[in-house]
Amino acid sequence: MTSPVTDTILEAVGIEKSFPGVRALDGVSLRVRAGRLVALLGENGAGKSTLMNVLSGVFPPDAGAVHLEGQPVRFATPREAQARGIGIVHQELNLIPYLSVAENIFLGREPRTRLGLIDYGRLHADTQAVLARLDLKVAPETLVADLRVGQQQLVEIAKAVAEEARVLILDEPTSSLSAHEVEVLFGVIADLKRRGVGLVYITHKFEELAHLCDDVVVMRDGRVVGEALFRDLTREAIIRLMAGRESKEVYQKTPAAPGDELLRAEEISLPGEGAGRPFLVDKVSFTLRRGEVLGVFGLVGAGRTELLESIFGAHAARSTGRLAIEGRPVVLRSPADAIAAGLALAPEDRKRDGLVLPMSVAANASLACLHRTLRAGFVSDAREAAVVTPYVERFRVKTPSLAQLIVNLSGGNQQKVILAKWLATAPKVLLLDEPTRGIDVNAKREIYSFIDDLAQRGLGLIVVSSELPEVLALADRVMVMCEGRKTAEFSRAEATPERVLHAALPDRAAAIAC
Amino acid sequence: MPASKTSAFFARFRSLIALVLMTVALSVMSEHFLTTDNGLTILRQVSINMCLSLGMTLVILSGGIDLSVGAILGFSGAVAAGLLKNGLSIPALGLHLQFTTSGAILAGVLIGAALGWHNGVAITRFRLPPFIATLGMLSIARGLAFLWTGGFPITGLGADFGQIGTGAWLGVPVPVWIMVVLVGMFLVVAKRTRFGRHLYAVGGNTRAARLTGLNVDRIKISVYTLAGALAGVAGLIVTSRLDSAQPNAGLSYELDAIAAVVIGGTSLSGGRGTILGTVLGCLIIGVLNNGLFLLNVSPFWQLVIKGYVILVAVAIDQASAPRNRDS
Ligand SMILES: Nc1ncnc2c1ncn2[C@@H]1O[C@H](COP(=O)(O)OP(=O)(O)OP(=O)(O)O)[C@@H](O)[C@H]1O
Ligand SMILES: [Mg+2]
Repeated sequence: MTSPVTDTILEAVGIEKSFPGVRALDGVSLRVRAGRLVALLGENGAGKSTLMNVLSGVFPPDAGAVHLEGQPVRFATPREAQARGIGIVHQELNLIPYLSVAENIFLGREPRTRLGLIDYGRLHADTQAVLARLDLKVAPETLVADLRVGQQQLVEIAKAVAEEARVLILDEPTSSLSAHEVEVLFGVIADLKRRGVGLVYITHKFEELAHLCDDVVVMRDGRVVGEALFRDLTREAIIRLMAGRESKEVYQKTPAAPGDELLRAEEISLPGEGAGRPFLVDKVSFTLRRGEVLGVFGLVGAGRTELLESIFGAHAARSTGRLAIEGRPVVLRSPADAIAAGLALAPEDRKRDGLVLPMSVAANASLACLHRTLRAGFVSDAREAAVVTPYVERFRVKTPSLAQLIVNLSGGNQQKVILAKWLATAPKVLLLDEPTRGIDVNAKREIYSFIDDLAQRGLGLIVVSSELPEVLALADRVMVMCEGRKTAEFSRAEATPERVLHAALPDRAAAIAC
Repeated sequence: MPASKTSAFFARFRSLIALVLMTVALSVMSEHFLTTDNGLTILRQVSINMCLSLGMTLVILSGGIDLSVGAILGFSGAVAAGLLKNGLSIPALGLHLQFTTSGAILAGVLIGAALGWHNGVAITRFRLPPFIATLGMLSIARGLAFLWTGGFPITGLGADFGQIGTGAWLGVPVPVWIMVVLVGMFLVVAKRTRFGRHLYAVGGNTRAARLTGLNVDRIKISVYTLAGALAGVAGLIVTSRLDSAQPNAGLSYELDAIAAVVIGGTSLSGGRGTILGTVLGCLIIGVLNNGLFLLNVSPFWQLVIKGYVILVAVAIDQASAPRNRDS
């Protein structure tokens, strides 16, 4: 290894950045070194994304300096940073839905013919090469809008990889990726490290670090509170640094005594649209009892989201099957019907399906239970605050006030607010799709214990998650799906990681199904 | 004060400052400007655009646009006038209905609401883009107005009906009272009712609103129906004021309404904006029209100046609007 003085590519020194009412960065320094990956950790709202935005030219710092190979630089635009070799995969997707994969990857850098027109031959060939590196099996001509979220995330990564940057920043790049896709990404990262690229990696999934991490920087409230070699830190030490206090004991589920049958779903099916599998959901049946948490595990694309949406009446025109709530058959023609029947669904893609960006934190959180905020028929700010505040406090939503526009919150804090919106509805049956995506460890534990509380109060919950430990920690029963079909169901006692994973893998699924 | 409140406050303040500056400047430039009479004249003139703009604000907040309000204004006014003057004959049934003044007024508002409802249904049930649906209605309602009147003004509508446009109470013209009541109502509707909240949600993220269980179609239909009804009210004021229903009354009034809404800081992409902003927007346009008229500026220049006011107002708004993160 060369000396730290010479192998530093990018360095931030004493960066400060404030937004109205928020001191997002308060004198932060960070060093990105060639061939090394630094993991940037911290609770939601700690300032991680803001620091990356400064490094990649999205906005300038209020104070402090950025040095590129020893020279002070001031990027006026993201494009300038990109031209100087700094690539970034943002936490939020920034793709143009109705452009093709190739057009997105090379947006602004399209190869041209001598006449100045786009050279589609080369564009598609170059795209092919990048896609192959990421093992993403889609045609370069495919419209981005037609891809799964995980595939879109890979396209976003491909965009950054194709730039051949010297510094690559990855802000929660794996939030929607399947296990296989994550593995491929780690391969790419290892390869980039060998080529001397410096990497910054932001994540809330600590398991990932072991595979790729060299250094760790922990942030809290806009400051760096810890810096160390990864191998010198334990998970507990990191969590303690993040929270700034001893963390509570690990989550313990209360043993449940499930009551009467609450929801019965029989042969729920959802035909696919266009190419791909004929059935996204293929004759799935299950029951849910009062006070029970049913975990639904499966790989990305197993049809779990589609199952929840079908139950929720979101695909009423296409989905088939029978539903009974508390023994009475029901037909749900729309989400409004489902909600009236006592269902609630916290959707997976909360940005697209949950957030109303121009509205405040309070208005977003109370949108699904506005009736509870009324006084004499009119919305009362005081009532609304009373409804929303408990959730904001319990999940540690970091916001200067309830009146803050939700668009100004950090990604994880937006997730918490939208989750709170659904938890506040007090339905009979609560469907949660990837409830803890993008949420930091400490808040995650609060959400687990909240789910536990709800089950104790007699709700039935269905929790869909791609994280096996999460499913195993939360669920009384585990249902496993693969390629649209239900492949297994385990009680809490039977559900070992091996068995559950086994049932979720495609080749096995066929064997079990027949 | 929390950050977003401060900035929202300044956003409103900006239009207010503009309004105050204009008022001061015009008072200096013309001795006729700052008088009670002229103030009431401005308010009376503004009342018509205000009715249209209130409806337009709701429509734009919901993520749509309504190009048909001017035409609906024309047709509603004509219907009310025609019913009042001639009654309604239905030869097939051998029926002839006479209308009282209040009956005709009600009919005018209802016909406006009905055409607005038609817009809403076209947009939700038949999935037409709002621009197209209301562009169609612009032509339909104007055509109906000509058919109904035969192309000639309907005049001589009686003193009672004339009260709407020319009457006064406590020294304040009736149209101004109507305007004040409507503004008060819609301030409350937008800020303090479930409908208002839902409206912002629909405009801010339709998908999320639907998945939250909001009846998006019903909300949209209500919005266009309200806009139509308000155009009907404006039609009554115009007709009563002139004591004459002109088939081409309200021609291109929708443009002033849209201008008032955007000058007031409401975003054309939906979900962001306020009634108060629109009120200020209307007043700015009203004061500008009046001031330029008093200063004897040629009507052609008036158009040019008004155009630039719109562009500058929105440009200032864009420069300070909260930007999406990471973009
Ligand atoms: N444009 C903005 N306007 C106002 N406040 C902002 C803005 N951008 C970020 N913030 C605030 O700055 C703080 C840091 O946000 P940042 O997005 O950097 O957090 P983060 O560490 O990336 O969190 P997460 O893990 O949730 O992604 C937060 O409190 C956030 O609310
Ligand atoms: Mg972030």
